[in-house]
Amino acid sequence: MGESMSIGLAHYLGVAAILFTIGVFGIFLNRKNVIVILMSVELMLLAVNINLVAFSAHLGDLMGQVFALLVLTVAAAEAAIGLAILVVYFRNRGSIAVDEIDSLKG
Amino acid sequence: METLLKAIVFLPLLGAVAAGLFGTAVFRYIGGAPPQPAHDAHADEDGHQHFHYEGPRWPMMLTTGLLLLAAALSWVAFFDVVGGNTYKVVIAEWVRSGELVAQWALRVDTLTAVMLVVVTTVSALVHVYSLGYMSHDPHQPRFFSYLSLFTFAMLMLVTSDNLLQMFFGWEGVGLASYLLIGFWYDRASANAAAIKAFVVNRVGDFGFALGIFAAFALFGSIEFDPIFAAAPEMADRTMRFLSWEVPALELIALLLFMGAMGKSAQFLLHTWLPDAMEGPTPVSALIHAATMVTAGVFLVARMSPIYELTPFAQQAVLVIGAITAFFAATVGLVQNDIKRIIAYSTCSQLGYMFAALGVGAYGVGMFHLFTHAFFKALLFLGAGSVIHAMSDEQDIWRMGGLYQYLKRTWAMMLIGTLALTGFPFTAGYYSKDAIIEATFAAHTPLGEAAFWLLVIAAAMTSFYSWRLMFVVFHGKPRASRETLARVHESPAVMMVPLYVLAAGALFAGFLFKDWFIGQAEAEFWGQALYRAAHNEIVQAMHHVPAWVKWAPFVMMVAGVSVAFVFYLVKTDLPAKLANALRPLYLFLLNKWYFDEIYDFLFVRPAFAIGRLLWKGGDQKIIDGLGPDGVSALAAAVGRVASRLQTGYLYHYAFAMLLGIAGLVTWLMVGG
Amino acid sequence: MIVSAFFWLFASVLLVSAALVITLRNPVHAVLFLILAFFNGAGLFLLAGAEFLAMILVVVYVGAVLVLWLFIIMMLDVDFAELKAGFIRNAPLGLLVGGVLLAELLFVFLKWQPAPMAEKLRMAPAAQGMTNTEALGRILYTDHVYFFQVAGLILLVAMIGAIVLSLHHRKDVKRQDVARQVARKREEAVRLVDVEPGKGL
Repeated sequence: MGESMSIGLAHYLGVAAILFTIGVFGIFLNRKNVIVILMSVELMLLAVNINLVAFSAHLGDLMGQVFALLVLTVAAAEAAIGLAILVVYFRNRGSIAVDEIDSLKG
Repeated sequence: METLLKAIVFLPLLGAVAAGLFGTAVFRYIGGAPPQPAHDAHADEDGHQHFHYEGPRWPMMLTTGLLLLAAALSWVAFFDVVGGNTYKVVIAEWVRSGELVAQWALRVDTLTAVMLVVVTTVSALVHVYSLGYMSHDPHQPRFFSYLSLFTFAMLMLVTSDNLLQMFFGWEGVGLASYLLIGFWYDRASANAAAIKAFVVNRVGDFGFALGIFAAFALFGSIEFDPIFAAAPEMADRTMRFLSWEVPALELIALLLFMGAMGKSAQFLLHTWLPDAMEGPTPVSALIHAATMVTAGVFLVARMSPIYELTPFAQQAVLVIGAITAFFAATVGLVQNDIKRIIAYSTCSQLGYMFAALGVGAYGVGMFHLFTHAFFKALLFLGAGSVIHAMSDEQDIWRMGGLYQYLKRTWAMMLIGTLALTGFPFTAGYYSKDAIIEATFAAHTPLGEAAFWLLVIAAAMTSFYSWRLMFVVFHGKPRASRETLARVHESPAVMMVPLYVLAAGALFAGFLFKDWFIGQAEAEFWGQALYRAAHNEIVQAMHHVPAWVKWAPFVMMVAGVSVAFVFYLVKTDLPAKLANALRPLYLFLLNKWYFDEIYDFLFVRPAFAIGRLLWKGGDQKIIDGLGPDGVSALAAAVGRVASRLQTGYLYHYAFAMLLGIAGLVTWLMVGG
Repeated sequence: MIVSAFFWLFASVLLVSAALVITLRNPVHAVLFLILAFFNGAGLFLLAGAEFLAMILVVVYVGAVLVLWLFIIMMLDVDFAELKAGFIRNAPLGLLVGGVLLAELLFVFLKWQPAPMAEKLRMAPAAQGMTNTEALGRILYTDHVYFFQVAGLILLVAMIGAIVLSLHHRKDVKRQDVARQVARKREEAVRLVDVEPGKGL
């Protein structure tokens, strides 16, 4: 990795921070659309992975990449389950507008 | 001999356990047909209930048989002890905790032997009598079990070798008394009386317990022998009690006497005894006349080495005893319930015994205890016979003229009355007159006062006893025709105990007077009763002026005469007198308003405090701030918090993100 | 210099496509931009020397997961225009929270220095003289085999969960039940009837 270049750890971390914030912002913006909320979550996970990989490269420790691998695994599982729930929900309600669901209310 | 003593004590326990555990529950359906539950009892036309008992009969037979055996053995032991032997049978070591050592032992000397005889004999006779009296009750095994349990506890009390064992027996008889007063637990009044007896006794027992503690603190032991041995050296010691420096021995003696007052229904703590008549009549005869209530007398006699060293406590015993004798007699004058009359009479006679103890004439007090057991049990059982015959009627003004129906019962009651009033050569004549003489022979101002109180009380005793006889057995029948038609003499199983007791009431005084209070007195009591060197009361007693000797007899005759005139000759006189002296009459009829005063002073404040603590302390503060408050708080918080739970998915997502933002901010600012 | 140029390229495309993901009306387009974002993320991984992860991201994540997204979105007949309502209303709050978060993260990351002892605390120092994939494989299958197995289990559970959730028996469709057909007996299917002449059944 290019220590001699101007690209350092801080750049990666900055990109990841912006990406993460975009994910957060996406959740706020698309409060009705659960699909985009899930996609925002994916973006945030990607930001986390970039962080892990960047640290791993900077410190020369492979553990960061192992973690990133596990995060990928969990993200994939989450996507699969989330989409399955989405399908079932759409089948039952004919819509995926989450602002109409408040059956969680105590 | 040791085996014999153990047998006397444990046979009643055996009977109680057998009858109590197996007579009622386990073998209920094995020994015979299932007994009908009590609510199967049916009421006939005048509301009188008839019960039937169809359970097994062996529990009654067993307990009665064991008690008869124990009584027989007791007489054997008695004559053996009179021969000069004393025994100390150690059964087990009971408590060993540091310096505190208490053995479970049977201490049998003359004092104990006298009590053994009294307790087991009367108990056995009452068992036999109850076979007839309780024959229709559906809960007989329980009744007999309680009776035997009581007997065991009483035997524990009288054979105790230390204060702790005595306290065990003391509480045991209190428990049995509670159970038996409340035997008919479906009557509210019986339950109330049982609770009253228990609570009032607690007051005395509190003193007793404090006395035990004080004795241990002073002597470092609660066994009798070390205490008696060390007592003379401790006469000058003082002790801090409630911030006062008081003579230690006096304190112990007074505290123990407080226990005796409670158990023996002495003035101020007497209120439970008349109410205790709610129990079955055999119980009244056994517990509330002959044995348990005399435990206090026994206690003071047993602790005579202490009381001989404590003149102030002795005077207290004398004063309380004399006042009780007088007070109870005055109340007895106007009562209308046959059992209550005898109950107040018991109270009064117990006062006599304490008066004797108070002047140092322990043997005389014990002698009266001995004879009183016979004639008072006789009177109670006779009254029970009358009540039985009259279909559970207890008001003497609804009786009258029963002489022609119940000749044998009349004869028995007559003997009891003669003995109680001190008719010459009956038991009471020897013991009661001896007490009166002893108080005079004390030659102290207090003794003098006690003498006059007791003499007047003797007149009143005679009056109320004969009033009872005349109103119940003579004059015109006042009972309803239906009741009179059912009047019948009691069966033999109830009459035989009466005959035995009657024999005791007639001859016990004459036969035993030399041993208890006469020439052989010192030899008879041996080491059992301690008398200080200057205590010459028993000798002095025999040298009182002739008018003192005659005074009780004159009073007795006067009482009979007045009663005869009032209730047989000019029967309108009592009513006129009651109207003329109405305040006095009401004062006596209401028992000097003791119940009302106590109700005002203690019961209502206690209830008020209880209600305050219940409503205010418990419900408002403890529950309100404790469980209820916490749960209400949790519910309130939950209600508020549940409003946060909108159920909208994105709100949760927002919350999480805001949390993250907050966390990062905190890490930055705080870190 | 080339690395630097690629970094800026990947980073800018990544951020732009991510922004498009959350703002586009059509979710199909959003997913496509998500794919683009992941491709560029993989490029960043590559630049950082994590070749294996980069390839995994492309092959598994883009190839499998995001294609699954596409399928789902296309299968569901969703009125996306309706879902966009209230888009602007929430923007200020989102901007506020996101802005604060971004500022803080950048502030932290730009100032961040590894702790002095970080060198000593490394759990798996990158081995010299072997590829990233080989080095990762060496520790993944030895030291961290349990994590690896657990990751596999998580995927298995996710798969079963997804099947259980979305498995749907439609009652109005006839299906062939092979087991029942094979198990059928003659007595259940055939009934012999004696028909008298001249009469129908």
